[in-house]
Amino acid sequence: MKSGTVTDVAQREETTPVVSEKLVGKRRAGDSFFLGLSTTAAASIMVILAGVAIFLILKGLPAITANWETNGDLAGYQNKHWGTFWNYVAPMLWGSIWSGLIALILGAPVAIGIALFISHYAPRRLASALAYVVDLLAAVPSIVFGLWGVIVMRPFLLPLAEFLNQYFGWIPLFQGPVSSTGSTMLAGGVVLAVMILPIITALTREIFLQTPRLNEEAALALGATRWEMIRLAVFPYARSGMVSAILLGLGRALGETMAIALIISPSLLFSVALLTDGYNSQTIAGNIALNFPIATDIQRSALIGTGLMLFVVSLAVNMIARGILGRSERKARTSPKIGKRV
Amino acid sequence: MTAVTPAPTTAQPMSLTSGQLPRWIEPVLATGTAVVVAAVLLVIQLFNPAVWLVLTAVVYLIAVGIGSSIVEGRRKAVDRIVRGLVVCAFVLAVAPLISTVWTVVAQGLKVVNWDFVTKVGGTVFDPNTLAVTNTPGALQAVVGTLIITGIAALISVPIGILAAVYLTEYAQPNNPMRRTVTFLVDVMTGIPSIVAGLFAFSLMALIVGPKAFSGFSASIALCVLMIPIVIRSTEEMIRLVPNELREASLALGVPRATTIIKVVLRTAASGIVTGVVLAVARVIGETAPIFIAASFTDNFNANPFNGPMQTLPVMAYTAYSFPGKDIEASQAQAWGAALLLVIVVVIFNLIARIVAKAFAPKSR
Repeated sequence: MKSGTVTDVAQREETTPVVSEKLVGKRRAGDSFFLGLSTTAAASIMVILAGVAIFLILKGLPAITANWETNGDLAGYQNKHWGTFWNYVAPMLWGSIWSGLIALILGAPVAIGIALFISHYAPRRLASALAYVVDLLAAVPSIVFGLWGVIVMRPFLLPLAEFLNQYFGWIPLFQGPVSSTGSTMLAGGVVLAVMILPIITALTREIFLQTPRLNEEAALALGATRWEMIRLAVFPYARSGMVSAILLGLGRALGETMAIALIISPSLLFSVALLTDGYNSQTIAGNIALNFPIATDIQRSALIGTGLMLFVVSLAVNMIARGILGRSERKARTSPKIGKRV
Repeated sequence: MTAVTPAPTTAQPMSLTSGQLPRWIEPVLATGTAVVVAAVLLVIQLFNPAVWLVLTAVVYLIAVGIGSSIVEGRRKAVDRIVRGLVVCAFVLAVAPLISTVWTVVAQGLKVVNWDFVTKVGGTVFDPNTLAVTNTPGALQAVVGTLIITGIAALISVPIGILAAVYLTEYAQPNNPMRRTVTFLVDVMTGIPSIVAGLFAFSLMALIVGPKAFSGFSASIALCVLMIPIVIRSTEEMIRLVPNELREASLALGVPRATTIIKVVLRTAASGIVTGVVLAVARVIGETAPIFIAASFTDNFNANPFNGPMQTLPVMAYTAYSFPGKDIEASQAQAWGAALLLVIVVVIFNLIARIVAKAFAPKSR
């Protein structure tokens, strides 16, 4: 949300006259029609979201409740005996969360750094152009990042992978055998990190810009250097916003399909290994993309069931993030607006 | 910061300014480091742009840290190091962008020409000679992309704009439905795109049976992703319309609906169109939902209600992941499709910018 719109709305809300019943004339047909139309459109949002949940459940339930030992297509699906749906989905759920966490660890500090650069370091005149450049990252289709990761990022990270394994191989993260192709969790994580940069940057930038001007100037006037000012005035103000921006980045990373499906060579197991190509955890989205076209009906139902789990997890992450953001926005709206940057 | 340091008791004359490095020190030092590191790398014959950039950054940060802490003190040194780090972060984001665009253009230009856009490509099996020939071409994918995205836009834009009108013009701020819908729209922007594809597939599978793959199904998946984007941008644009315009129109006795259509929406039109075009550009590159809902095919299919349909992003994915006999040719197809996709996205972004510039309401 652009800064300033909040105040506009607040003003309008104040000036909207309270019309008493008697003054309202008779409703014109066109008026009620348009009101009905737009209300229906708004209500359709609820219908769509509910529909997504309902249809995924309807299609996924047969596989979730099926007996995976006896069902011909599910027993030994993807070369393992799962027993139940939950045993099947658990390693992939771990893989999704794990790859998302790696992307966050790599991407979030950089994203916040960029946001700081644009909001507090870059010359004012350049700032909007620089912000546009970062937004361009969001415009690049994910498939293009995936292909780029395959031919550029995989070979690029190989020397780093060998170095890490040679000297830090005793840490489980960097255990061998090191991949020779580069189809590693590390490469996937780096590409995911690039893809979540723009969303985290855009949100944190807006929040940094909303820091009360007076707080910043007070810190500077007391002799703080720019970094101390940021630590004392900007970060405390923006903390909850930063947390929710990072969570939204996680949500984005969880659902990212193509980069993972193209880059990582996966297997369905619990693993934290970053540098191998036989022991990468598979993600839910990647697994669906790789197996959906060749699946039978009940196998598709199993894949849809895993998709339902992904939906639930990312819905939870997004709701928490929006909840935190909403609370901090309400706080900002009620706090005095003196000295607010416009 | 917490403890007050006792006033210095030395006899030397007090100065109000502490030691300071000259203003130009940072750019000069950075350039100097870059040159020195490049020279060293060239001498030991290990030159590589990535290594060069990383080493330059590390050496510069150490140098500026040490230099500044000697002359200016620890606090200033930390400040300068953070400034350096923040610039590094920005470079770190721009590097993949440039690398990606460069790779796509370099790889794609090998196959993309007018024939690639206007011919149906794929593998052709000749039963007489048993030879499989690969013809480069992406017409089926271009047509599929335009049809699927077009239908998605036709459905999403009216719903999105009307819902935004409800949220901004009709609903009172504390209306529970308004609050729910606003929250759900936020949440909806975070739905994983592949889940949207699974939703569309499940829906169609329950309606038309097992052969559920179709272009229309992919359009439905894209709608789930596009509607919240349209609502968000339209809402913001409507909020920018000054309240005086509404009040003037209502005071003249113009009905509410007419006021909204002729005054509010017309004033915000350029912004709304920009938002819609950007939303189209956003969903046109979606791969996973289209792949799930419309599957893929090498055949030309322009009927969105019948059978699998090829699109550019899916073509790039399948040609790379499930290559034909001739792997080189398949990969070339993939890069060609990727370049076409990037070109389409760039065109849509340019249209959005032009619309925003050209039709912006004249300010006083």
